[in-house]
Amino acid sequence: MGEKNKTGSHVISLRALTKYYGRDMVLDDVNLDVQAGECVVLVGHNGAGKTTLMKLMLGLTRPTSGTISVLGDNPASNTALARKMALGYLPESVAFYEAMTGREVLEFYARLKGANNNECDRLLQLVGLENAANRRVGTYSKGMRQRLGLAQAILGDPQLLFLDEPTTGLDPLLRRHFYELIDALHQEGATSIISSHALSEVEARANRFIIMKAGVVVACGTLDELYQLSALPVRLHITVTRGQAPAVAERLGSAVTIDKVNNESLNLSCLSGEKMPLIRHITSLGEVVHDMQVSPPRLDEVYSYFMNGESR
Amino acid sequence: MRLLWILALKELRDGLRNRWIAASIILLGLLALALSLLGSAPTGSVRASELEITVISLSSLSVYLIPLIALLLAFDALVGEFERGTMILLLTYPVSRWQVIMGKFLGHVIILFLAIFFGYGGVILVMTVWTDGGSQGWQAYGVMMLSSLILGAAFIALGYLVSVLVKERATAAGAAIGLWLVFVVLYDLILFGVLLLDKGQVIGQQLFSMLMLISPTDSYRILNLGLSEGVSQAVGIAGVASNTGISSPVLFSVMILWVVVPLTATLWLFHRREL
Repeated sequence: MGEKNKTGSHVISLRALTKYYGRDMVLDDVNLDVQAGECVVLVGHNGAGKTTLMKLMLGLTRPTSGTISVLGDNPASNTALARKMALGYLPESVAFYEAMTGREVLEFYARLKGANNNECDRLLQLVGLENAANRRVGTYSKGMRQRLGLAQAILGDPQLLFLDEPTTGLDPLLRRHFYELIDALHQEGATSIISSHALSEVEARANRFIIMKAGVVVACGTLDELYQLSALPVRLHITVTRGQAPAVAERLGSAVTIDKVNNESLNLSCLSGEKMPLIRHITSLGEVVHDMQVSPPRLDEVYSYFMNGESR
Repeated sequence: MRLLWILALKELRDGLRNRWIAASIILLGLLALALSLLGSAPTGSVRASELEITVISLSSLSVYLIPLIALLLAFDALVGEFERGTMILLLTYPVSRWQVIMGKFLGHVIILFLAIFFGYGGVILVMTVWTDGGSQGWQAYGVMMLSSLILGAAFIALGYLVSVLVKERATAAGAAIGLWLVFVVLYDLILFGVLLLDKGQVIGQQLFSMLMLISPTDSYRILNLGLSEGVSQAVGIAGVASNTGISSPVLFSVMILWVVVPLTATLWLFHRREL
């Protein structure tokens, strides 16, 4: 885990964070530094401590031990109030005042943040709720609530976004739209912490992944770093001249695991560190090799590797 | 202060939307009107103005009604937001926890103020048209309105305390009703029961006054039934009150204490609460 430099340059800095609810351990010795502009994704089963971690960073709960610094301040302290202006949060299953209309809800939150009502109209339009804005939130569907939740989270162009399972209940089109919004905020230098189950969605967007299991961070790093850590094999699929597959397999020898040999194709796998030598070896075989496809391990494989493996 | 207003305004709008404000104004207004019309019937040999009679009957009913309205407004205020999950989101906004409580309190007290001011206050207009009551009566009526508001504020604060302590809305509703029963009915029953059994052996005048004073509802009763000369003449039992020798500033202070203490306890508990 990155404990590279001092707290100052980090948007979020967690040190030896531990949280107990009664006698139940929810988080154990979590250390994390997040730099401005990063998009960090928390992955883990339900109950792994993702939501608790977010609540700690938001100052809703206090740690049993350890220190938290968010935007340079302890989020649970009173001095952190002004900094909350720069903060957006979308809770896991967002709840609103049911008797108010969508617009009233958004305007209430806007007033608290000191944003103006023009922005409410813009945001309602942005999340596609302009036609339902004058309906009571009680009549909204799950997806509409989620959209309203998103709108309130990005009120006042926050520097730091906490999004807990943000795309549940959104249809594919809205999901894409949602990530475009987040990307736009990132362009302006915002930092975001996202917890998600939809790994394929976040794979391309996250700078860093934090894999949590039973309150412990089991792995943390970029996708590449996680590949290295996991020692999961890179898979290669090569197509060779018809009938030559067994011969090629023989020439590749014992340097590589051969998963499957067909008449004209082979499935190989190797560790990511051995990938380049293997590719050079394959290309040196000459014209007998027609085509080659390299597929790195997918995030869900990495995920299940860390989930099933020993913790640390 | 701006944030307090935003939060109070939300409660006010909720009160308007769910017609709580309208319902309480109408309820209190009709009650006051009915009693003042009854009160203006011939009062016999007792020298008391119509308005003073109204104060007596109205305050002896208010002591049941105002706490009930206040508790119904307040019991859901915190536990409802915990249970629905709206509190989590609210506290990630730039508001501190004490502002959330005080904003709600401000809103609810204003709702109560509107109900008392328009409900009871409307009656003053009617009475002015109807009779030409003495200035003594107006003062008693004013004290009753003010003390009703403080009584209500005390029960709003007590309602919040219940609301921050319990885990579920249903429990809060039950506890609020229990609280109402204890303060409005049971406490006095027990006090008088003990007094009857005791036959004045242990509990003297002094201790009895103290025990009466402890309860916010009794303070309210003493304040309104024993204040003006005309009133205390009209109410036989209020002889007890005026004999206690407790001055109205003391009674007001006791009632204000019943606002401050539960509210402070609520603030403290809410501050420590993990969400």
